[in-house]
Amino acid sequence: MNCLIIDDELTARVILKRHISNLDYLNLLEEFDNAIQGIKYLNEKNEVDLIFLDIHMPGFNGMDFVKSLKNSPKIILTTGDSKFAIEAFEYQSIVDFLLKPIEFSRFEKAVQKTLKSTIPQWQDAPKAEDIKPQSIQENLYINIDRRLIKIKLDSIYLVEAKGDYIHIKTEEKNYMVHSTLKKIEDKLPDSIFLKIHRSFVINVNKIIDIEDNSVLIKKDVVPISRSNRTELMRRLNLL
Amino acid sequence: MEKPNLTFIQKLSGNDIEFEKELLEVIKIEFPKEKIEYLDAIKEKDFKKTEYSVHKLKHKISILGFENSYKLADEYEIALREKKNTLQPQFDAVLEIITQYLENFEKDELPHYRRRVNR
Repeated sequence: MNCLIIDDELTARVILKRHISNLDYLNLLEEFDNAIQGIKYLNEKNEVDLIFLDIHMPGFNGMDFVKSLKNSPKIILTTGDSKFAIEAFEYQSIVDFLLKPIEFSRFEKAVQKTLKSTIPQWQDAPKAEDIKPQSIQENLYINIDRRLIKIKLDSIYLVEAKGDYIHIKTEEKNYMVHSTLKKIEDKLPDSIFLKIHRSFVINVNKIIDIEDNSVLIKKDVVPISRSNRTELMRRLNLL
Repeated sequence: MEKPNLTFIQKLSGNDIEFEKELLEVIKIEFPKEKIEYLDAIKEKDFKKTEYSVHKLKHKISILGFENSYKLADEYEIALREKKNTLQPQFDAVLEIITQYLENFEKDELPHYRRRVNR
C-alpha cells in the first residue's frame, strides 16, 4: 500500500517513517513538509493509497488540503488536537485520526482500519502479529526498514523480549524487530527452540553450559525460570 | 517543575539506541527554531502565529515526557485563540527547561547511552 506523509514538523515525520517501516505492507513514496507540494505530487502521480496528513500547517492547512481533493486517497489525520475529530469524519476519505505523539500500536490499528474498510483486496491483510510461517521452514523473514531480511532459523541462538520489540541474536548479526516473543515463538520449530524465561527463547543446540538457574549461550547468560526448568532438563541429553 | 525524560522515546524505539539518538538530534535542531518562531510571534503580538507555535512545541513537550506541561500548553493554546496570554510565563519556563536539557544533552545524557550500549 503506497503512502505519503504531509507534515511540516520533521520530528513528526521521523516518528511516522519509523512506524511505516515496521509494517511491511506499507510503502512510503514521499514525504512533504507542506500541503501544496502534496497536491502537486498527487496531480502528477496516481499511485497513492493512503496519506498521513497533519492538520496544523501554516497557510494551506490539512483541512484545506482535504477539501481541495476531488478523488482523494484514504487519509489518516495526525494532530495534536482532538477538537478536529468531529469535523474530520465529515469527509469520506478520512478513515481515522491519530493524536500526536503517535504510538505504534495506535498507528497500526489506524492502518488496519484503512485496509479493511476501504480496499477489498486488503480485506484479508494480515496484522503484523498474525503472519504465520509459510511452507519454507528453514528461514524466517523479518521486516527492517522496509526490507524483508532472511534469517536462517538455525543461526538464531537467542531471542529476547524488549518492550514492544524483540531482539533476535544470530551467529552473524543481531536484529531489533517490532514483534512479541509469543509471535516469534509460534514461528520457531519446537524441536530446536525453547522458551526458558518469560523474556527469552533459546536455541537448545547452542547451549554451552547450564549453571544453577542460568544458561550460557554464546556470550549471553540467560536466566531460567522455575516453571521452564523442567522442560529444559527433559530436552537435554543428560548422561 | 517537571523534568524531561526519555520514557516515550525509549518506548517508541524499542531500545533501538540509534533511532533514539536520531530522534533526539532532530528535536535538538527543530526545537530551538520553533522556540525562536514562538518568541517572534509574541513580540509581534500575533496570537494566531503564537498559537500555531505553541501547538508545534506541545508535541515536543509531550515526546520529552512532560505530562503536566503538556496540559499547560493545551490550555495556553486554547487561551491564545481567545487572545489571552496569561499562561505565557509558565509556558516560557517549560521552554527554558527543555532548552537547558537539550543544550546539556551531550554531558548529561550521552553517558546514559554509553552505559546502555555497553550493557
